[in-house]
Amino acid sequence: MNFIFDYYNYWIVVFLMMAGFYIVISAGNLVKKVVGLSIFQTSVFMLYISMGKVSGGTAPIVAEGVTQYSNPLPHVLILTAIVVGVATTAVGLSLIVRIKRAYGTVEENEFEDKDDAI
Amino acid sequence: MNLWQGVEPSQLITLSIVIPFIGALLVIATGKIPNLREAVTLTTATVLFTIVLAITDYTFKGVEMRLNVVELFPGLGINFEVEPLGVLFALVASFLWIITSIYAIGYMRGHHEINQTRFFCCFALAISSVMAICFSGNLLTLFIFYEVLTLSTYPLVTHAGNEAAKKGGRVYLGILLSTSVAFLLFAILGTYSLTGTLDFKAGGIFDEPHSKLVLGVLLILFCYGIGKAAIMPFHRWLPAAMVAPTPVSALLHAVAVVKAGVFSILKVVIYIFGLDELRSLEATDIMLYIGAATILLSSCIAMTKDNLKARLAYSTVSQLSYIVVGALLASSVAAAGAALHIATHAVGKITLFFCAGAIMVASHKKNISDMEGLGRAMPLTMVAFTIGAISIIGLPPMAGTWSKWYLTIGALEADKLFIVAVLMISSLLNIAYLLPIPIKAFFKGQPADGQPWSWAETKEAPLPILIALGVTSIGCLVLFFYPQPLIDLINLIPGVSTNMGEG
Amino acid sequence: MLEQNLAALPIILPLIAAPIIIILGRSSLAWAFATFVSGLACLVAWELLASVLSNGVLSYAVGGWSAPWGIELRIDAANAFVLLVVASVSTLVLIYSKQSIEKEIDPSRHTLFYTAHLLCLAGLSGILITGDAFNLFVFLEISSLATYTLVSLASDRRCLTAAFRYLVMGTIGATFILIGVGMLYMKTGTLNMLDLAQRIHLYDSSRTINTGLAFIMVGVSIKLALFPLHMWLPPAYTHAPSAVSAFLASTATKVAVYVMIRFIFTIFGADHVFNEMSMGAILMVLAVVAVFKGSYMAAVQSNVKSVLAHSSVAQIGYMILGVSLFSAAGLMAGLIHIFNHALMKGALFMAVGAVFYRMGSVDIKAFRGLGKQMPFTMAAFTIAGLSIIGVPLTVGFVSKWYLVVAALEQNHWIIAALVLAGSLLAVVYIGRILEAAYFNEPEEGQKTVKEVSWLMLAPMWILVLANIYFGVDTSLTTEAAQRASEMLFQNSQEINALMESLHGTEVSVAQEVSP
Repeated sequence: MNFIFDYYNYWIVVFLMMAGFYIVISAGNLVKKVVGLSIFQTSVFMLYISMGKVSGGTAPIVAEGVTQYSNPLPHVLILTAIVVGVATTAVGLSLIVRIKRAYGTVEENEFEDKDDAI
Repeated sequence: MNLWQGVEPSQLITLSIVIPFIGALLVIATGKIPNLREAVTLTTATVLFTIVLAITDYTFKGVEMRLNVVELFPGLGINFEVEPLGVLFALVASFLWIITSIYAIGYMRGHHEINQTRFFCCFALAISSVMAICFSGNLLTLFIFYEVLTLSTYPLVTHAGNEAAKKGGRVYLGILLSTSVAFLLFAILGTYSLTGTLDFKAGGIFDEPHSKLVLGVLLILFCYGIGKAAIMPFHRWLPAAMVAPTPVSALLHAVAVVKAGVFSILKVVIYIFGLDELRSLEATDIMLYIGAATILLSSCIAMTKDNLKARLAYSTVSQLSYIVVGALLASSVAAAGAALHIATHAVGKITLFFCAGAIMVASHKKNISDMEGLGRAMPLTMVAFTIGAISIIGLPPMAGTWSKWYLTIGALEADKLFIVAVLMISSLLNIAYLLPIPIKAFFKGQPADGQPWSWAETKEAPLPILIALGVTSIGCLVLFFYPQPLIDLINLIPGVSTNMGEG
Repeated sequence: MLEQNLAALPIILPLIAAPIIIILGRSSLAWAFATFVSGLACLVAWELLASVLSNGVLSYAVGGWSAPWGIELRIDAANAFVLLVVASVSTLVLIYSKQSIEKEIDPSRHTLFYTAHLLCLAGLSGILITGDAFNLFVFLEISSLATYTLVSLASDRRCLTAAFRYLVMGTIGATFILIGVGMLYMKTGTLNMLDLAQRIHLYDSSRTINTGLAFIMVGVSIKLALFPLHMWLPPAYTHAPSAVSAFLASTATKVAVYVMIRFIFTIFGADHVFNEMSMGAILMVLAVVAVFKGSYMAAVQSNVKSVLAHSSVAQIGYMILGVSLFSAAGLMAGLIHIFNHALMKGALFMAVGAVFYRMGSVDIKAFRGLGKQMPFTMAAFTIAGLSIIGVPLTVGFVSKWYLVVAALEQNHWIIAALVLAGSLLAVVYIGRILEAAYFNEPEEGQKTVKEVSWLMLAPMWILVLANIYFGVDTSLTTEAAQRASEMLFQNSQEINALMESLHGTEVSVAQEVSP
């Protein structure tokens, strides 16, 4: 049981990652795919941030009387990654808007029939 | 006979390759003025021949001619080096280019062919690459210009532009490119990784002992990789290439392209493996049997063909394997016979192809069954045909006698009696598929009214064609009585000799 | 000051120029400015390569914060070489694109095209020269987002679905890389590449490090379109505008190959990757399958851009095959092919783009009779096509030669034979197109067209002539590739030495046979 509780953050990460990945692969609706992608990326953020926690450490902001800080670097990295994720989601969603305009649908199985696959 | 005394010997190599190339460019430039264009071709061919004569002269004097052009890979580059076998091939090719150009002028005009500029230009390019092959100093250079030859002759094969030409061109390019990339390049790279060098060296470059199996595999890869030698079963490109106009078939597929193939095999045998090494490999015997089979099988197929050019094509396949067999007998005399056969077969076969083209132009006949009584209408052509046929069969007083002679002696020297038998049977087969043609032409198809023949009846081919025919058939005769210069040249090749017990 | 900051310029120049283009607005002005900036980047890349070849590794601390706490830009023979390829192809494609995009991209989006192109260039340059693993991820995403945009700019609506699929797969790939880098960070506490190399093997054998390696390898494989993760490439290159295809085919996947090489040799150490993790065998098998699958698919397509796209999959297989041989000669063959393939594919896609410009279609039927109507374009296609086949005197032959010699040195006779067999398939798919162009008459009712203008022909022919030039005078490319390969193996050796001193274990020496 300790195995599960001690590493609970990793379990959450794995669950989110696989859920997101599964949604990307199996969803037929493009918007759902983007949602899945987003969940997938979020799981990675959780991985980084949770690994940056130092036991007994507080938020990495210099304050009086505090001796232990959590590692600030993962936070910085994830801020960057979040921005990247937001940009990706934005590009994905704008592509979906254009696909909707061009095909009239955002269901994958519906527009795949309309074109020749390569 | 050296007109180029003022030029440094090694630069003659450059000239021999560059002059036809410049000729090709000039042909494009003068394309609109046919007479000027033909004059360019003839001048270029003559100039080339004088250069080759100069190189021959230097070779007899023992002057070394070597040229390093550019280094492609570390320690390996495009290098040229003159050696006697290459000089022999160069002589044959450059001389016959002049004759073929004269023939082609007559043929293309008589047949009202289109795209004549492209024709003469590609011809020059092909000859340029043949010269480069003749004088190549290592396997890489040989390979490069072997491929250039394939590519530059493709437009010639597909000259007619119709469906049949395209199909023939596809087979041609498909077989030649596939064999050269899959087998020849593989063999070259294998040789390079085994020995670290690709330079041609007398006695072979496999100095350290290598596994016999590996060397045997390499030999087989080389033989099949050099698809231009038309060893069965990779011979189909030759009959497929007969869709080309007859001048192309004559020069390229009787002289330049196919001889480049067997020339490459000879060079590999003499300068990469070395005759001694060859004798110790079992693969040599395997290829020998395949070569012998090719000789006999293609002769048999030739007998079944009614189309004259097809019959001559299969005859060429058969004759090429003479040279391959001669090379693989691994005897100095057989190799000499093989080298001589390059020259004698060239003059003989080109005569036959010239006749086929003349028949096509003058009487529009392609099939042998239509050629009864042709001797009355085209006596000169059929006489030339007979001369060429006798040379191919190998009977005196024609040139082919000598090369068959040396091949047979070589087979005896190598203790391969069955090859002697194959050569004899093959000669009988040659008679069977060649002689019926002039016999039909002269002795059959007499007109019902029994009138005696007169010159007025003749409807011969245009004059340039007749000139060309005449020169090559006289050549067959001349080489019988005066083969000495060629034999002297062949005896200069290291390890090769026309005397038994030497080399 | 310029010389001091030269290392940062390949990123800064296009990055700053991109928003300026949006401000500039008008299409031809945008084009001129974009080309100018790309040309500057090309000059900088040239300078950097010269400097690195003579002085050795160039290190630059961004913002003055020194490594390993700050982000470091590290330029050595390997990435300077690839950077030059990327920058020069970018410039040539930009010159070409002025006319090409007139027919393929809606006029209101032209400035977007130039902006996205420059952002992509900035991203690719960043990937190449950064010395920080996370920074690599960031630039990877910058360039990837720009490429998704570029692909979706075409007027054909199929580009949208292609771009979306590319986005999904590409993001998964990049996220995998992020996971891998995260795992490395967990174990070592650093993100700087050199520092990682030092610390990765402090532990004898760590599951975390190996998992990180696995994630990174899979992520990069998606990005470089290694079989079986290549499914995004054919639709994306087929439906993107031709100028975009020309640029991406020459650069994006090559940079990903560089990333794989960098991770294997400089960070993890080739020994660990090849010997302990058996990546060599896996990569070799996948590469060979890629060669055949790609060539086969290319031979059955009717859309010529699709033929070229599948051909790219095969060519990437060749590059990875060189890497997987685990020898200096093999690595050098892979690096040379990065350069050579950029020349070949760039020219081919440009030629096809010219055909589209005139004919409005890139189906193989549209090519009929073009040999006479567009002689220069088809001549360029022919020469570049012969280069793909591997005819001597072209760069393609040089690549194949080095690759097969490297394979034979390792006694992989079968691999060598398979490489040559792949060339035969290339004869088929290139031959079909050439036959249509030169030997078929145009179809009934097909319009007669003229040749394209010099603005499109010039960049095409520069690449084609480079094909021939570097196929004959191989000294420059060979020297650069060889230096890069030796340097990368040296990095591996240093890691080995470190491992020995830490663990006292005997480590097998990487095969280092000079080509």
